[in-house]
Amino acid sequence: MQQAVKANAARTLDVEDLSVRYGTSTAVDGVTLAIEPGEVVALLGPSGCGKTTLLRVIAGFVRQATGRVRVDGATIDHLPPNQRNIGIVFQNYALFPHMTVAENVAYGLRARGLKGPEVEARVTRFLETVQLGGFKDRLPRQLSGGQQQRVALARALAIEPSILLLDEPFAALDRNLRLDMQIEIKRLQRTLGLTTILVTHDQDEAMSVADRIAVMNKGKVEQFGTPVAIYDEPQTLFVNGFIGTTNLMNGRIASLQNGSATVALEAGATIDLTAPAGLGIGAPVLMSVRPEQLTLSSVPGPDAWKIEPGLALPIGAQLVHEARATDGTFLKIIEPRRAVAADAARTYCTLAADARPMLFPRST
Amino acid sequence: MRKLAEWQLALPLALAFASIFLAPLLMLVGVSFFNDDKISQPGFGQWAKFLGDPFSYKVIADTMLLGLKTVCATIVIGYPLALIYLDASPRLQKVLIFIIVMPLLLSVVVRTFAWIVVLGREGVVNTLLMQLGIISEPLRLLQTELGLVISLTQIEMPLMLLPLISVMSRLDPNLRDASSALGASRWRTLFKVIVPLSMPGLVAGCLLVFASSTTAFISQTVIGGVRLIYLPLLIWQQSLVVFNWPFAAVVSLTLLVSVLTVVSALSYLGRRSGGYVHG
Repeated sequence: MQQAVKANAARTLDVEDLSVRYGTSTAVDGVTLAIEPGEVVALLGPSGCGKTTLLRVIAGFVRQATGRVRVDGATIDHLPPNQRNIGIVFQNYALFPHMTVAENVAYGLRARGLKGPEVEARVTRFLETVQLGGFKDRLPRQLSGGQQQRVALARALAIEPSILLLDEPFAALDRNLRLDMQIEIKRLQRTLGLTTILVTHDQDEAMSVADRIAVMNKGKVEQFGTPVAIYDEPQTLFVNGFIGTTNLMNGRIASLQNGSATVALEAGATIDLTAPAGLGIGAPVLMSVRPEQLTLSSVPGPDAWKIEPGLALPIGAQLVHEARATDGTFLKIIEPRRAVAADAARTYCTLAADARPMLFPRST
Repeated sequence: MRKLAEWQLALPLALAFASIFLAPLLMLVGVSFFNDDKISQPGFGQWAKFLGDPFSYKVIADTMLLGLKTVCATIVIGYPLALIYLDASPRLQKVLIFIIVMPLLLSVVVRTFAWIVVLGREGVVNTLLMQLGIISEPLRLLQTELGLVISLTQIEMPLMLLPLISVMSRLDPNLRDASSALGASRWRTLFKVIVPLSMPGLVAGCLLVFASSTTAFISQTVIGGVRLIYLPLLIWQQSLVVFNWPFAAVVSLTLLVSVLTVVSALSYLGRRSGGYVHG
């Protein structure tokens, strides 16, 4: 059934030094993204970070103050939205409530001057692609949220767009349906080879659907990389804090040699780490370490610091510990449940063997 | 006891309706079935007199036509205005809504007399057109149907715009963007998306304007003069000049029935073409 829809040649999408201003505030601030053909890129960030504005610029609904948008190398900035051939699925789907499912899907085709049997054939094909073949004559309000989204998707795909834009497409769906739709959209996108941009504030969604993620904050792209790179090697404190949970510990660089640094933590331990660029001996730093990269131990040592254990919450297969270091920092430590010995004397905390803590400069 | 208390809350209103609306209406119906102006001999004489006179049908038709022409004019001018309002910035919207509502804050008499100043022989319109050399002799606008439709259009405009704007501003703005992203031109978006979805507001506006302009006694008489005869003028003449109350009651009921007929036809058509309200 999916083979019925042929993959068309995927396009590149380039956003170059793009800025959008509303009055005196800057919604998008010098964003540059080079998106590969057939790639799924998630724009991820808190609300108000400019991700939706960026999407609306690409669609043509908002005009940028400076910068360019190119599809396959050609700028599209001068084109009104109805000549850009970009498919968009809105957060609330924006289905035409007075038209049937088939009429909704046919809308873009009729606007392109297609007629009769050709429209009908394409509507059937794309409704079958989203597995809604039997729903042609229903009105949108007679469909469930997930079905409405499929119609919105079929409507956007039917015009055979060069780029597909998804604006928080899963936000209105319940949890189970969300995963199904994520898989379905990913599958369709693969089959069609469509370059796709997804706007979301949900990091799990970005991680599971996107090939690369652009983390945005205050109108700027803080980091653009693969989900793994973003999670494991956050480049800025914002990315570090926004993606996953993390522990931040105060410290100073005690010594530097051959690209490795020894950090003296205020909690009372010294840790050897890869030296970050541009920091000298004595520089105040923040060490960021994921909860699952910390472990508890009963043995003191130079790289272990004393803690005061707090609550331990069993969450699924994991045990989440809460603890307080001697300098007052609250720590979150996650261990697999079966690895935990029933030992109350584990009052030291240390890095797990595979830990990859990150160092960030700290302003004092 | 509690259930009783709930419907009892509606009693004062129900009593008020019964005493000041329903009772007079029934009296009106009753009065219409008397042959003489002393209201002493029951009979169908007045009905026979009114319905047997071709002049009556001309007045009914003129009144309904006046309403329809006013409705058309308010749509032609009001719909684009509503679209402009929809696209305006919030600050401009406040100014526009003030301008739209302002006529409602003035007395109908004041508004009507203002139109006399505008439409008169030496009025603003004629002076301007003559000075521009477009016409050599003043146009006759007062005491014509054209002048009446022009002034009623302005006077009734808020009744068209308020329901229209209220429905339009509840439309999901994403629908226009979606239509545009799918390749539709502005006109296509207007006729395929905005007009069908604003139908409930348009129909409500038409009903209000129609009902209000067909019964606008003050404007009809002041602008139209006694040369143009509509049902309200006939009622006034019969009840307060000739003191033939039974005949006045017949004309009143005719006006009521004709307006109700057109209004229900309009709302039926509206419901059939636009029964889908957003959400």
